[in-house]
Amino acid sequence: MEVSLVDMKPGQTGIVKKIQGGFNLNQKLNQLGLREGKQIKKISSVFNRGPVTISVDNYQVAIGYGKAVRIMVEVEELA
Amino acid sequence: MRKIVLAGNPNVGKSVVFSQLTGSKVMISNYAGTTVEFTKGSLTTENESFEVLDAPGTYSLEPTSKVEEVASTLVDRADIVINVVDATNLERNLFLTTELLEREVPLIVALNMIDEAGHKGVKIDIEKLEELLGVPVIPTVAVSGEGLKELVNSLPRAINRKKASLNTSDRWAFIGDLVGKVQAVVHRHHSWLETLQDASLRPATGLPLAAVVLFLAFQLVIGLGEFLHEFMEDYVFEGFYETLILYLSEALGGRGFLHDILIGQLVDGAVDFEESLGVLTTGVFVELGVVLPFLAVFYMVLGFLEDSGYLPRLAVMVDRSMHRLGLHGYSIIPMVLGFGCNVPAALAARNLESRRERFIACTLMSVAIPCMAQLALIVGLVGRHGLDYLAVVFASLFFIWVVLGLIIDRVMPGYTPSMVIEIPPYRIPSFKAQVKKLGMRIRGFLVHATPYILGGILVVNILYTLGIIHFLGVLFAPAVQGLLGLPGDAVSTLLIGFLRKDVAVAMMIPLGLTARQLVIGAVVLAAYFPCAATFTVLVKELGVVDMAKSAVIMVVTAFSAGFILNLLLDTVIPAAYLAVGLVVLSLILPMVLGSTSDRRELSDLDETA
Repeated sequence: MEVSLVDMKPGQTGIVKKIQGGFNLNQKLNQLGLREGKQIKKISSVFNRGPVTISVDNYQVAIGYGKAVRIMVEVEELA
Repeated sequence: MRKIVLAGNPNVGKSVVFSQLTGSKVMISNYAGTTVEFTKGSLTTENESFEVLDAPGTYSLEPTSKVEEVASTLVDRADIVINVVDATNLERNLFLTTELLEREVPLIVALNMIDEAGHKGVKIDIEKLEELLGVPVIPTVAVSGEGLKELVNSLPRAINRKKASLNTSDRWAFIGDLVGKVQAVVHRHHSWLETLQDASLRPATGLPLAAVVLFLAFQLVIGLGEFLHEFMEDYVFEGFYETLILYLSEALGGRGFLHDILIGQLVDGAVDFEESLGVLTTGVFVELGVVLPFLAVFYMVLGFLEDSGYLPRLAVMVDRSMHRLGLHGYSIIPMVLGFGCNVPAALAARNLESRRERFIACTLMSVAIPCMAQLALIVGLVGRHGLDYLAVVFASLFFIWVVLGLIIDRVMPGYTPSMVIEIPPYRIPSFKAQVKKLGMRIRGFLVHATPYILGGILVVNILYTLGIIHFLGVLFAPAVQGLLGLPGDAVSTLLIGFLRKDVAVAMMIPLGLTARQLVIGAVVLAAYFPCAATFTVLVKELGVVDMAKSAVIMVVTAFSAGFILNLLLDTVIPAAYLAVGLVVLSLILPMVLGSTSDRRELSDLDETA
C-alpha cells in the first residue's frame, strides 16, 4: 500500500517510493539522506497539518506538512 | 600560514573539535545551526602553525541556505579540510565526504562521537573505511578530547584524492556499497532518553511538555532573577557600594559637573540608585544590579535547553502556529534567543532558507521580543504597580507579534516553505560545558553592554545639563502627549532607546509616570526601533532596503499600539481584562484567518512536481 508520510500511522515502517516535489525539494531531502528506496519509520505527526517526524537510520527528521504530503511511502505490513 | 577548515554536517561537533584544537571559546549547542559564521583560531604543532576555521554545518557543498554558502566558500579557500563526521550517522555524513573528495584539497576525516556510535550498536571498521575512502580516518570523541592528538599528528598525512565527480544517485550507490562493507549495526533496546525523545515529538505528550517547559523557564527567570536582583540591591548596592559612593561624593565636594555626571543627584543626602542618574550610581546599578541577575538566570536556562536538544522539538510543536505568521517552526529559535539579546537572534535567522522568512522573523523579533536587559527593567518598574499591568505589557507584545505576522504574511508575495530539520538526540548537558558557556555569555554582556550603558547614562546627563532634553520635550510634547498620553520629557527615553533600551526604561523612573503611562512607555520602547547594536546587525543581515521597510513597520506598529493602549487602558478597559482579552484575541485570530503560506506552497509544489 502506497501512502504519503502524512497518512502513515505513527510506529509504521515503510520504503520511500517517490518524492513528488520539484528539484529543490528532492535536492534538500537527498542531502539529508532521505531518498527513494530508503527505509523509514514514522514517529509522530502533529494534528491539523502539523509536521511529521520520521526516523531514518540513526537520526530523526521533522518535515513540514506541505512537504510531507509529497513523500510517498510503501508501508510494510507488520508481520 | 596554512588554513585548516573544519567542515561537516550540522550538529556533528565541529565547534567542539575547533575549541579543543585551538583553545578558542565558541558557542556550542545541541542543535543544527549554532554556528552561523566562521570562527578563526590557531593551532601550533611541532613543525608548523595553522590557522583553523570553524565552518557552519552543511549537508552538501551545493548550498540551500545562506549559512551553507559560507561553508562551501570556506572549503574553496582551505589548504587542509578536516571533515568532521558523525559516526552514528555514517551514511548521511559520507555524502559531504564524497563531495569533498572531488575537490582539490587534502582531506582528513575525524570520525566523531565514536563512543555514542558504540552505545547505539553501530560498529565501524575504521581501517577498511580509510582504505575505501583513500584518506586518513581518525576516530574521535571531541567532548572528552579523545583522539584529537592523533588527529593533529595525522595532519601531514592529509591527502587529495580528486576523484571523478559523481551524480547524486551514483554518489548514493557508492556510499551504500561502502557503508555495507565497513559498518555493522546491532539491534538494541530503547534507552529512557530515546523514549522521552519520541514522547516530546508526539502532540499528546509533546504539547503539554512544551507548555510545562516554557512555563518553568519563565517562572525560573522571573523568580530566581528577582531573588538575585533583590540580593544585589540589598546587600551589595545598599549595603556596601553606597558607602563607597558617599565617600566619593564627599571627596568631590558634593556638587559640581563631575559629581553630577558620576554620582548624579543625591536624594535627601542619600544615593537613590534608580533616580540619581549618575554613571557610577544608576549606570552601574542598572547593569549589575538589575540586568545581570535576570540575564544570568536566562542564559542558564537557555544553555540547558540548547544543550539538551530540546529546542528543535519545540520547533516541531509550534510549527503549525508559526506557519500562520508566515514562518515555520525553526524560527522559534531566533525568537527564543531574542529574549536574551536581539543580536544573536538576528544572526540565527540566517538558518532560515528564504529572504521572506528572514525578513518576517527579524521584523517580528525586533518589534515584539524585548531582550532580557529591557525585560528586567520592565519587570522591576511596571511590576511594582501590579501584575495586571505587567501582564498588559506582555499581552500587548504578544498581540503585536501575532497580528503583525498575520499581516505581513498576507501582504508579502511568495510563501514560506515548510521546514525540513534534523532532530538531534537528547543529551544530558555536561555541567562543565554549561558553566563555560554561561561564563562566555556573561563576559560577552559585560564587555559589549558596559560602554553602551555607561555611555548612555553619560549622554543623558549631558543632554539634561545642556537643556536639550527639555527643549525636545517641549517641541514634541503635543505628539507624545496627544498620541501616547506621556509627558513631553518622555521623548528623552525614546531618544536614548536608540542607544540602549534598558537605560531608556530606567529613565522613565524619574519622570514619575502613572501605571498606565509606564505600560504605554514600555510597549512603545520595546517595539519602536532596535537598539544600536541590533540595528547594525539587522542592516547587515537584511540589507538596507529591507531594513528600511522593516523600520517603517516598527515605527508605525509601535505608535499605533501606544495610541490604542492610551485610548483603552484604564479609561475603557481595566488592565487585567485588557491583558486577557489581547491574549484570547491573539489565539483566536490566526485560527479564524488560516494561513496563506500553506495554500501558496501547495499550489507551487503542484506546479513544479
